[in-house]
Amino acid sequence: MFKSLPPTQTDDDDGIGRQPAVVAVSVNQRVDSDHQLARLLQIGIVLEEVVEARAYRHYQSLAEEDRDLDTDVEALLEGAAEESAKHREQLEELIDDLDADSIPFEDIETLVEARYGRTKPEDFDGVLYDQLCNEETAYKFYDDLIQAVEESDAAFSVDREELLSRLRRLREEEAEGVEEVTRIMEARS
Amino acid sequence: MNTANQYLKAIYLVQRMDDGPAATGRVADALDLSPASANEIIGKLEERGLAEHEKYKGVSLTDEGVVHAEDALQTYCIIERFLANVLGVEEFRAEARQLESVIDETVADRLDTIIDREAECPDCFDAEADACCYLEAVAEPETGAD
Repeated sequence: MFKSLPPTQTDDDDGIGRQPAVVAVSVNQRVDSDHQLARLLQIGIVLEEVVEARAYRHYQSLAEEDRDLDTDVEALLEGAAEESAKHREQLEELIDDLDADSIPFEDIETLVEARYGRTKPEDFDGVLYDQLCNEETAYKFYDDLIQAVEESDAAFSVDREELLSRLRRLREEEAEGVEEVTRIMEARS
Repeated sequence: MNTANQYLKAIYLVQRMDDGPAATGRVADALDLSPASANEIIGKLEERGLAEHEKYKGVSLTDEGVVHAEDALQTYCIIERFLANVLGVEEFRAEARQLESVIDETVADRLDTIIDREAECPDCFDAEADACCYLEAVAEPETGAD
């Protein structure tokens, strides 16, 4: 890739600097530093927080409103909230190993809670669909992150194979979550 | 976000800033590439029906190209706002540029549920400031070279 080339005069560029400066983007799909990796893991924590809050809220509101609960759905939402909490802890451990700057997770928890305290699922099918989106999104996130780490030749302060192994385990659990929701959805249709 | 969408976003923003077709040189600057490499990318986007290049004028996105570019810009907006307003990252612009290639649209959509974006997004994106005009920066704005 060529960099720092002088301004060019192709096409209609008059070269006298009348146009506003453009912000250069660097297109790559790798993770190049501890800092960037830590930031992505933090985003993963927030995603898991969102999943946990949604599953918990949905679980709670359904439990209050409908005493004739579908036990499969109830178990699914309870399990999803537990699994997300576990994933969050695992991501936090990874970030600790990276010795990256901490962020105020309590504030994030409060923010996420505040957002989801106002929402209510419309029905079981809506809850299941939302849960499917949650699991698929988390799967996609870990899948992209794994690919970005695999394509990177950066030296992280955590063991690369150990990192990839942990991320692959998380991805696997999300895949299982997708299968579980799909199974329940199919059984209900 | 895939790389083609990042290219489309860059062209889209140059077009918006220059209020017309984007000159190849400007696109090259935006992508931090040589003009030859930028031309090659533009050619590929043309082959996919996402952009049209007119000699001596520059490149314009097709309707389909604009849709992809606006989606990409929305994703970028979400990442910037999330970094600035949820994680309190001071260097949110630089970090958003690093992260946009790894954060998929579906993931950004989930992050979007905890930030308040305006309905007009991505029209509210200020290309020169490289940020949404409603974004509340957590620190002093970057001063740049001026």
